[in-house]
Amino acid sequence: MAKFRGAVVIDTEYCKGCELCVEACPQEVLGMSPKVNSKGYHYSEMVAEENCIGCMACGYVCPDACISVYKTLNND
Amino acid sequence: MNTSDIIRPENKVYGKTKLLTENRMHYCPGCSHGVVHKLIAEVIEEMGLQEKTVAIAPVGCAVFAYNYIDVDWQEAAHGRAPALASAVKRLLPERNVFTYQGDGDLAAIGTAETIHACNRGENIAIFFINNAIYGMTGGQMAPTTLEGMKTATCPAGRNVELNGYPLKISDMLALLDGTCYVTRQSVEKLAAVVKTKKAIRKAFENSAAKKGTSVVEIVSTCNTGWGLSPHKSNLWMKENMFAKYPLGDLKNV
Repeated sequence: MAKFRGAVVIDTEYCKGCELCVEACPQEVLGMSPKVNSKGYHYSEMVAEENCIGCMACGYVCPDACISVYKTLNND
Repeated sequence: MNTSDIIRPENKVYGKTKLLTENRMHYCPGCSHGVVHKLIAEVIEEMGLQEKTVAIAPVGCAVFAYNYIDVDWQEAAHGRAPALASAVKRLLPERNVFTYQGDGDLAAIGTAETIHACNRGENIAIFFINNAIYGMTGGQMAPTTLEGMKTATCPAGRNVELNGYPLKISDMLALLDGTCYVTRQSVEKLAAVVKTKKAIRKAFENSAAKKGTSVVEIVSTCNTGWGLSPHKSNLWMKENMFAKYPLGDLKNV
């Protein structure tokens, strides 16, 4: 079991749907939402949230600074 | 353990820096400019330089950079950012002064200003975004365009007999006595972003220590100009750009 658990919060209004975070995620946590934001972009979202380890790769590569990352010890 | 248990203020490890304004960046989806803006803002915040920084905006896609990073800015005429930065630094020597320029700005119309500012050893930092194309005006050939690379003005690919060779301006600047730090980085993956952030910090530290001019080239993508998706642009960059523009420190004294 992973030592850390993580989660991300995506500011969907700022997301432009470039999918770089989806490619950067080593755990395949992120995917694109079928919904769109007010600018018409499909935004990214967690599709496998139980796999997130809080590595911050998505946050670092995001060009629009719309990803916040949370990380904690895995208590399960 | 539920996601709602993890998303708590005390667990937050990464988020948008306060130095980035609430304005939505006008860049295309996946553009490297956003990442570099974010890194510069993060470094300025971490070093506590917000009130001391004067930045010089270029002409090019980053012409509106002053809308996104909350420091003092001056807009330069096309290519003249290093000249304006020299003036600002000489008038206000205690300020942290940097320019933010693309390859069309720094390596074409501003070649003279860039070379002479670096040769004078002005205590400024120059951040140079090299995506091998004129992004803002619609993807024309730039001095840095790779041999054989197709653009709007060389649809058959850059022909060196007609157009000359790609300009490796950072290598030229590394030869000058005025530069103290010349490095080439990228921002396509986590490790590269971390390295670029360190390079930006080092550039600001060199300015504060009056060591000379620091140049940080960031090999970037222009997915719209290249006609590829952001992810494919990254792959294309790794395959083609890094061969001509290898990453690493060119000079560090």
